[in-house]
Amino acid sequence: MPDPDRPVEVEVVDRVEETPTIYTLHLRFTDPGVAASYRSRPGQFNMLYLYGVGEVPISIVSDPDFDGPVEHTIRSVGRVTRGMERLQVGDRLGLRGPYGRGWPLEDAEDRDVVIVTGGLGCAPVVSMIRYVLQRRERFGRLTILQGVKHTDDLIWRRQYESWQRLPNTQVLLAADVGGPNWPYSVGKVTVLFDRAGIDPERSIVMLCGPEIMMKASIERLLALNVPAESLWLSIERNMQCGVGHCGHCQVGPYFVCQDGPVFHYPALRSWLGVTGF
Amino acid sequence: MQSMALFLPRPSLDALIQALRACGYERVLGAVARDGAITLQALGSASDLPVGVRDRQEPGHYRLERGEGERCFAWANGPQALKPLTFAPRETLWRCERDAEGRLVFQDAGERSVPTAVIGVRACDLAALKIQERHFLKAPYPDPRYADRRESLFLVAVHCSHPASTCFCASTGDGPRAESGFDLALSELDDGFVVTAGTERGAAVVERLELDRASPEQKAEADAEIDAAAQRQVRALPSRNLREGLYARLEHPHWDQVGRRCLSCGNCTAVCPTCFCHAEQDEPVLDGSHTDHLRQWDSCFTAVHSYMGHFLVREETRLRYRQWLTHKLASWHDQYGRSGCVGCGRCIAWCPVGIDITAEVAALLEPADA
Amino acid sequence: MATPRLTVTDALDRLNERPQARPRIAVHKFSSCDGCQLAFINAGEALLQLAELVDIVHFAEAGPMDPEAAVDLAFVEGSISTPEEAERIQTVRANTRFLVSIGACATSGGLQALRNFNADGAAGWTEAVYAQPEFIHSLDTATPVAEHVKVDLELWGCPVNARQVFQALRQLLFGVAPVVDRDKLCVECKRQQHVCVLVAKGEPCMGPVTHTGCGALCPAFGRDCYACFGPAENPNTAALARRFEGLGLLPEAVARRFHLINSHAPAFRTEWLDWQERT
Ligand SMILES: Cc1cc2nc3c(=O)[nH]c(=O)nc-3n(C[C@H](O)[C@H](O)[C@H](O)COP(=O)(O)OP(=O)(O)OC[C@H]3O[C@@H](n4cnc5c(N)ncnc54)[C@H](O)[C@@H]3O)c2cc1C
Ligand code: SF4
Ligand code: SF4
Ligand code: SF4
Ligand code: SF4
Ligand code: FES
Repeated sequence: MPDPDRPVEVEVVDRVEETPTIYTLHLRFTDPGVAASYRSRPGQFNMLYLYGVGEVPISIVSDPDFDGPVEHTIRSVGRVTRGMERLQVGDRLGLRGPYGRGWPLEDAEDRDVVIVTGGLGCAPVVSMIRYVLQRRERFGRLTILQGVKHTDDLIWRRQYESWQRLPNTQVLLAADVGGPNWPYSVGKVTVLFDRAGIDPERSIVMLCGPEIMMKASIERLLALNVPAESLWLSIERNMQCGVGHCGHCQVGPYFVCQDGPVFHYPALRSWLGVTGF
Repeated sequence: MQSMALFLPRPSLDALIQALRACGYERVLGAVARDGAITLQALGSASDLPVGVRDRQEPGHYRLERGEGERCFAWANGPQALKPLTFAPRETLWRCERDAEGRLVFQDAGERSVPTAVIGVRACDLAALKIQERHFLKAPYPDPRYADRRESLFLVAVHCSHPASTCFCASTGDGPRAESGFDLALSELDDGFVVTAGTERGAAVVERLELDRASPEQKAEADAEIDAAAQRQVRALPSRNLREGLYARLEHPHWDQVGRRCLSCGNCTAVCPTCFCHAEQDEPVLDGSHTDHLRQWDSCFTAVHSYMGHFLVREETRLRYRQWLTHKLASWHDQYGRSGCVGCGRCIAWCPVGIDITAEVAALLEPADA
Repeated sequence: MATPRLTVTDALDRLNERPQARPRIAVHKFSSCDGCQLAFINAGEALLQLAELVDIVHFAEAGPMDPEAAVDLAFVEGSISTPEEAERIQTVRANTRFLVSIGACATSGGLQALRNFNADGAAGWTEAVYAQPEFIHSLDTATPVAEHVKVDLELWGCPVNARQVFQALRQLLFGVAPVVDRDKLCVECKRQQHVCVLVAKGEPCMGPVTHTGCGALCPAFGRDCYACFGPAENPNTAALARRFEGLGLLPEAVARRFHLINSHAPAFRTEWLDWQERT
């Protein structure tokens, strides 16, 4: 019986500083056998292990069909992620995964893909955006709606600007607090829906970010006649194991690490926003 | 399999222990009265069993007492039974070594189980074991440590004839008769035991003892004691499936009320034979050359259980209590197709303030106008 | 009481400012019995290992003396009980990048904080105890270090547990925040599978409101916990106190359960006051 709890070794082959507190690590499996058999889907996550410190769940942002290193974009918030921030090229980590259910790729084909993200919860959808852009012909229009707290929070600004220039792609941004160089909207991400011109029939919507933001966005989308069945969202909970054993990630009947992190909205509807779950 | 009923005279109980050893069970554990409670300990001989010991259990209260006669299984379960044997309270999952170049080598912690026979397992605990097996051994990531320890166990059940006031297994359908999941099952009578085998290896152990068949009277007496045990239970859950009723009451004011009494101490989850929550942690040696990655029992009553960095999903006690109760009795149905409660009553007896899950359920389900 | 957050933050960045250098460490003593420093001194092999990992520049109890030295990491034992200490703690803080208070005295004021509840101040006691009270210069109160300066990490316990101290130190050497487990003692007691003394013997065990860390020592010996590690997160002292009364304790005895080593800790102080009023 293989041991689902034991990581394998990976090496940092590149490190990109996105902002003072957000960094991207490119990780290469040191065992070529493991590298060859590793397969992930957008929306899935790995458990990354910092030597002597601990493990954290982190979304995979690299393309599933790309044979190169696995990429993770990480925000320094606490013990493990702040420790990982100091890793340099050549340093070693542990990795287990990929875990969980990713975005509904097959369902999304030939449809307009609407991505809604807020706060800094964008890593899980970035993989989806990249996936669509790499296979542009298989999807309809791509719309990205992003809300941020302050204008300087937008870590993907450069990337968003380049995405915006692509054909059949629309990027709308809103910041809670505007600033002198802020060319976009001011307000919550929900202010963007009216301008986005979402086709309720053709669209599949993928949301990620703070749960209050997702709940408010979903209410707006339903009001715009987007069917509940077209809504998918990614959520986070404390995770110790990632493999359905530790019980920490439960939300009502679900184990987020196995039944999620990406959920079909109708399944999660009665639990979303209920304090304590 | 369900074999023919045999009779083990009381003086031959030692022979059973010897037979288990002879069959390769290096460790034979049994009920032993220690520190004022029935606990599982290594048995030297049958005389280590709690002869004539009775228990009295009430919410937040447990006492052993001297009773009459030779019986040594005339008690309801103590604070723990099988759970610590299969789901270790604390264990090293793996070890990692870091060499001078910073390379990491992950190694198995090398913990292996020893073949272990347990004498005196109750029906509720067999049911709980089955529930935990489903959790820890489910696809696609079965836990090899759990599997190894589970496989090492040989289980000798004793049908329950002395339920405590806290027991309610009859209402959950998990006792007092051990229906399955055992290798051998005993019914204790005054002069000995009616024995049935539940598995081939169970049958192989009793074969060594060359026992006579149990008489129809002995079998009838054994059955009557089990039936009487079911009748004597004073607590009950109103239904085996409370999912709808509890999901409809997630905002009931009673959660506040119980939240004021509850210590959020986690004793209920620790003694509950089905609770599976655990936390992981690294313990590096001081010079940093290697580190052990541990897992240990955790509980939805702790802060770390729902810790999200900038907030706790369950800060308030009422939310922690609601997680426990709704997981046990409601969401468990969604996850594993049955309730997560086997009616052992431990959470009632071992709660320092005597919070009673059956009473809390009754209060929650009470019609609003009552 | 709000749940304390489990992370230390900015001070770590300061600690990590000199990643290549050997960390310099000081161990300071304030009003205390020296018992917590023994966590280091009795560590034997671990102490020798530590000496290879760091420079111990001040640790009077063990030899090195340089109380004013600038250090990366300062451990502080003892409460602030004299005017001199109130000044000295400021110097300690100014000279260190990261400050860890260790033990009940430093984290809650300790046993000597019982004097904080004496309405007439400490003077009356001083006169009763000492032959020449004029030589005693002490404050009316004994208070935790965090009431005087910013503390980056608190390790509770009377005394602290060596394993806890060395694990915290190891994590700081890795440049990360130590894990601070503020669970109730019961959680650990049950992992060790001790038979609960409250339920099985009716002892007024403080485990359900007490910070874990000792390894459940008292219940291991069939004794009730007396809360030497201070309050745990989210402690329901009121419900436990009511339970003690149900076990037959008189209000005065209930009050005393909260009025011992960590009497100044807010959760215990409030409960003591509450039951004191009922006596
Ligand atoms: C499915 C999933 C995907 C994620 N993807 C990303 C990502 O791509 N990039 C990113 O920066 N962050 C991501 N996160 C959040 C990230 O896991 C937390 O920020 C991280 O665990 C914090 O750990 P820490 O030790 O640095 O913080 P501390 O605050 O010190 O936390 C201590 C421990 O608590 C737990 N914990 C704390 N916060 C969280 C949290 N938000 N989610 C889960 N466990 C938590 C962890 O076990 C952590 O080690 C993801 C979380 C989940 C559940
Ligand atoms: S919930 Fe209580 S009664 Fe039910 S199995 Fe768990 S400990 Fe036993
Ligand atoms: S969530 Fe609570 S009730 Fe459910 S298994 Fe974990 S500890 Fe037990
Ligand atoms: S119900 Fe009882 S045992 Fe469970 S956490 Fe609350 S006080 Fe502790
Ligand atoms: S003995 Fe004390 S610490 Fe242990 S479980 Fe009982 S109340 Fe908690
Ligand atoms: S993370 Fe452990 S069960 Fe989901």
